[in-house]
Amino acid sequence: MRESIIMKIHYGTALGAVALVAVHILMRLSQNFSDSLSYKNVLVNYHLLPYALMLEVILVLLSVHGFNGLRVILLELKQGRSYERAINYGSIAAMAVLIAYGSRTILMAGMGVS
Amino acid sequence: MATVEVPKEEKDAHAASAPQQSEPKTITLRIARINPSEQHEPKFEEFKIPVQKWTTVLEAILFVKQNLDHSVAVRYSCRQASCGSCGMKINGKPRLACYTKISELDSPVITVEPMNNFPIIRDLAVDFKQMFATHKRMKPFVINEESEVKPGTKEFVQKPEDLEKFLQFSYCIKCGLCNSACPTMSTDKSFIGPQGLAQAYRYTADNRDKGKNERLKIVDESHGIWRCHFAGSCSYVCPKGVDPAMAIQLLRGYLLGFGK
Ligand code: SF4
Ligand code: FES
Repeated sequence: MRESIIMKIHYGTALGAVALVAVHILMRLSQNFSDSLSYKNVLVNYHLLPYALMLEVILVLLSVHGFNGLRVILLELKQGRSYERAINYGSIAAMAVLIAYGSRTILMAGMGVS
Repeated sequence: MATVEVPKEEKDAHAASAPQQSEPKTITLRIARINPSEQHEPKFEEFKIPVQKWTTVLEAILFVKQNLDHSVAVRYSCRQASCGSCGMKINGKPRLACYTKISELDSPVITVEPMNNFPIIRDLAVDFKQMFATHKRMKPFVINEESEVKPGTKEFVQKPEDLEKFLQFSYCIKCGLCNSACPTMSTDKSFIGPQGLAQAYRYTADNRDKGKNERLKIVDESHGIWRCHFAGSCSYVCPKGVDPAMAIQLLRGYLLGFGK
């Protein structure tokens, strides 16, 4: 994939994440902040489908943005064809693993499995 | 023989208005000496140099070569900030030695070192091979099939506002100071660098040029334009008033679909 496309995704995911994380933080402020973090209230978030979907989207946006950022840092740190290939595939794999693990958590909590 | 006596008041007035002969000052010039085939770290040698207020760093180095140690390696040619040969780190900042006066540094000790981010040949002379190769890779010429020199063709029209878009970038003398100051270049040896990217912009922004897609493809790689962090050090050190950091952002704009 061309670097400009990757970077457009990078900037897009950053903007999306900032907007949705802002919503997420504002939701904490809709009630007493410490209450919003109580076990019961956290679970309520997962049971509410639109909110659970928003958490899933945040997870994808942050994983893509974060691991691409890490890829860029590592590419600047050291160069070499096999090293770069390892970094590129490694970051895609790490992205996929994190999204899969996070989605599993969202799904299980949503279904009431703890 | 008749002599004309200058009246005393006139004599005094002349003496007062005559330019003052400034006393040469003495400064210490510390020169980094390194031969990469024998050592990894430079040794510094100190020389006491008489300087006038107009003495440049290059002149001070040449004074050392002429009178104290002829083995100091330094590259220079035009002595007037035109050829781009004499870039070096002067008191920690990349500058042209022929364009930097000792007096403007305001320090009794002047330290000269080879530029960062370039392989060292010896002492103050660095290797420009990679920078020139990168410059060439950017296709630094107007790409246009309709040559203006063929019979029957007219010269290309270029309005002042067209020229304005790239004029400052055409002042680049390929001295490499910007590459030397660039923090990305210090870790990413494959990075195109501000010099090459500014030149890619210079030709892409030229209204006579039709090579936009070719050049954008070259800079749009994993060690290309996106690795710039916009530190701006390149523009800060450029002796010719080129703003490579801005060229990079404008070129990015083309890649993101704005402009041209
Ligand atoms: S942009 Fe400025 S600092 Fe960089 S090579 Fe050209 S003249 Fe030198
Ligand atoms: S000697 Fe030519 S730029 Fe300094």
